[in-house]
Amino acid sequence: MQGLAGAAALTSTTLPVHAARSAGESAYSPTFFTPAEWAFLHAACDRLIPQDAVGPGAIALGVPEFIDRQMATPYAFGKLWYMQAPFVQGPANLGYQLPYAPRDIYRKGIAGAATFVQAKYGKAFGDLDAATRDEILSGFEKGDTLFGDLPAKIFFAQLLGNTMEGAFSDPSHGGNKGLGGWTTIGFPGARADFMDWVDQYGKQYPLGTVAISGETA
Amino acid sequence: MASIKMKSVDAVVIGGGWAGSILAKELTEAGQSVVMLERGPDRSTASEGAYPGSIDELEGNFRHKIFQNLSKTSVTIRNTPDQTALPYRQMAAFLPGEGVGGAGLHWSGVHFRMPPDDLIMRTKVKEKYGEKFIPEGMNLQDYGVTYDDLEPFFDKAEKVFGTSGEAYTVNGQVVGKGNFFAPSRSDNFPLPALKDVYGANMFRKAAEEVGFHPYAMPAANASAQYTNPYGVQMGPCNFCGYCSGYACYMYSKASPNVNILPALRNDPKFELRAEAHVLRVELDSTKTKATGVTYLDRKGNEVFQPADLVIVSAFQFHNVHLMLLSGIGKPYDPVANEGVVGRNFVYQNVTTTTAWFDKSVYTNQFIGTGGGGVAFDDFNSENFDHGPLGFIGGSPVWVNQAGIKGIAAAKIGGPPGTPHWGSAWKKAMVDTYQHSVRMDAHGTNMAYRDVYLDLDPTWKDAYGMPMLRMTFDWKDNDIRMNRYVVSQIAKVTKAMGARDVHLGQRQPGEHFDTRFYQTTHLAGGAVMGDDPKTSALNRYLQSWDVSNVFVIGANAFPQGTGYNPTGMVAALAYWSAHHIRTTYLKNPGPLVQL
Repeated sequence: MQGLAGAAALTSTTLPVHAARSAGESAYSPTFFTPAEWAFLHAACDRLIPQDAVGPGAIALGVPEFIDRQMATPYAFGKLWYMQAPFVQGPANLGYQLPYAPRDIYRKGIAGAATFVQAKYGKAFGDLDAATRDEILSGFEKGDTLFGDLPAKIFFAQLLGNTMEGAFSDPSHGGNKGLGGWTTIGFPGARADFMDWVDQYGKQYPLGTVAISGETA
Repeated sequence: MASIKMKSVDAVVIGGGWAGSILAKELTEAGQSVVMLERGPDRSTASEGAYPGSIDELEGNFRHKIFQNLSKTSVTIRNTPDQTALPYRQMAAFLPGEGVGGAGLHWSGVHFRMPPDDLIMRTKVKEKYGEKFIPEGMNLQDYGVTYDDLEPFFDKAEKVFGTSGEAYTVNGQVVGKGNFFAPSRSDNFPLPALKDVYGANMFRKAAEEVGFHPYAMPAANASAQYTNPYGVQMGPCNFCGYCSGYACYMYSKASPNVNILPALRNDPKFELRAEAHVLRVELDSTKTKATGVTYLDRKGNEVFQPADLVIVSAFQFHNVHLMLLSGIGKPYDPVANEGVVGRNFVYQNVTTTTAWFDKSVYTNQFIGTGGGGVAFDDFNSENFDHGPLGFIGGSPVWVNQAGIKGIAAAKIGGPPGTPHWGSAWKKAMVDTYQHSVRMDAHGTNMAYRDVYLDLDPTWKDAYGMPMLRMTFDWKDNDIRMNRYVVSQIAKVTKAMGARDVHLGQRQPGEHFDTRFYQTTHLAGGAVMGDDPKTSALNRYLQSWDVSNVFVIGANAFPQGTGYNPTGMVAALAYWSAHHIRTTYLKNPGPLVQL
């Protein structure tokens, strides 16, 4: 049921995205992210999973589209999290304690990151070279930068987690375009029947990757 | 009081997981009218398990489609009694279930019997090492039942679950190459062991070579077509790798939904009410007898369901929560070390070791079955001498390849020390994903005086009830146990010819971290035993204080076991049901007189 709906969505977007990819721009129109946020998201995802000799990057895989589409799900509104007050901060090992759902984390995080980058480099994040973007993202990942009361670390972890989900989940969610994420690592996806390969010890699995929709690569 | 009052029934069962389904089946067989209340939605293979839409890793393992929705109710957690506990806001360290089938729908399928010595742990440790061997502050206890008491019920559960495995001894005779340390069985497994995946086979050979005793893990994932004693059918597992977090689309993984409920749903004496959230068990004015339960139905009406017998069979910590909210049993006071509800809250002590192989060696980690694999028990239970080692407890060690999928592979990435993103991460992931073997030290966790459950003073659930508070931390005894057992794994990985190895060990002084998945095998908090001063339940899982309430689940374990708990929960459910049927129903009242 869900697979069929996903397949329909995929069919309607696959061609334009492929066509647009060469022009370096996604044909997908975001519904949650503003144009400035969308530009930031592209510039960041592009460094988290770069296009390189190993395989496609986050942009080619449609990760920004995945994240935008996720923003319309109950998850993004915090409906899978316990979000009752009071919100009291404590030791890191007791877990996330902010009143922000994923939508809030993106909104505040991207705004905070943009301000931080503008102040330090006098440019938008997306206008910086790859090495500088890496340095900034690494600082967010490991440092103590705060975007108001939102630690940059929390924003970074949210973005990295969703980027990985987008690149390696079933394409029905909008990412992993052309099954490029799965092909890169050799995960056969929804094939899900290995009766004949359980005891083929040490040998590479011979069949290609397949999506829930039946799309193959 | 409740705005709706239902017609009285013989028994009300709280929770539609393994324990509740077993009790409901047994009670209806005994002629009882049974209402089962499950707070989550109804679930079945035809909906949640429908291929191919069901095998969606994002929905299954990352949006937790068939797990508990924390927005309604969660717990608070702290490491020590002097801290402020904070809410567990996001699913991470443990993943409780919700909906018909409960955790029995999303589980993996590892299906063990308990080691006999673990059931009499205090007695055994005192006998072998002396009472002084037990560290100050450790509440080490016996279960009040023995392996011989439970054997017929372990056997029954395996037959209902269609469990695959290889025995070592049946009726005292060696019959196969099963677990050398396992106690004798009255019958073989209903199905032969599953095939070893490659990593498990390498582990088996290497463990044998270094002198350990490897065996096929008992798995409630059917190795062949099977019809259980209730007449319901299972199909053979095809190693698809979508067990943990999913409803099995092949009808291969045992679940209440597949193995028991089809035989119950059409029984006129049985009624399932889903989306019925129980608020409390109601007691009469003497507080020694339950009159029924109050719940919220799917429309939000408060409903009172009267019943002669109340079976509390939700997940471990929900059972303890309900007892505290209902005033059943004396709440535990850690300062005085008195009271029993919340006492002996325990977990499980699991760390993962990874071995990496040459790129010409494909371990195909996406192939998997949740319960299958190869284990050795040389450092579990009393199978080794603890005397010179100075700790209590142990760990089975195993390769239990349940199927590592795309997102999980990306989050695991490369060996420790490699970046988590960028080109270096990507290369490390690609170089290792198809060429690694992961193995677990799946250890015990002892009970301690200052590790317990009670009601949180601040945070409430969506129904206005105080949430359960967990006070939990890793303790020195358990950290040392883990470090010793993991050091033994190094011998095996060496014999496996691994290119590189990371031994996953707990660090001295390490604190419990709620942010990373560890295991959902929480236990204790309302334990069984022979002494009402140290146990909330008698040996039949009957409340000492309210004799028409039985509390079935891993809450009854006085210590955290090294094995996965479901096999023991199912055996305890059948054990308790047997005594309810044969003794209690004829003459309701306490089954143990003091």
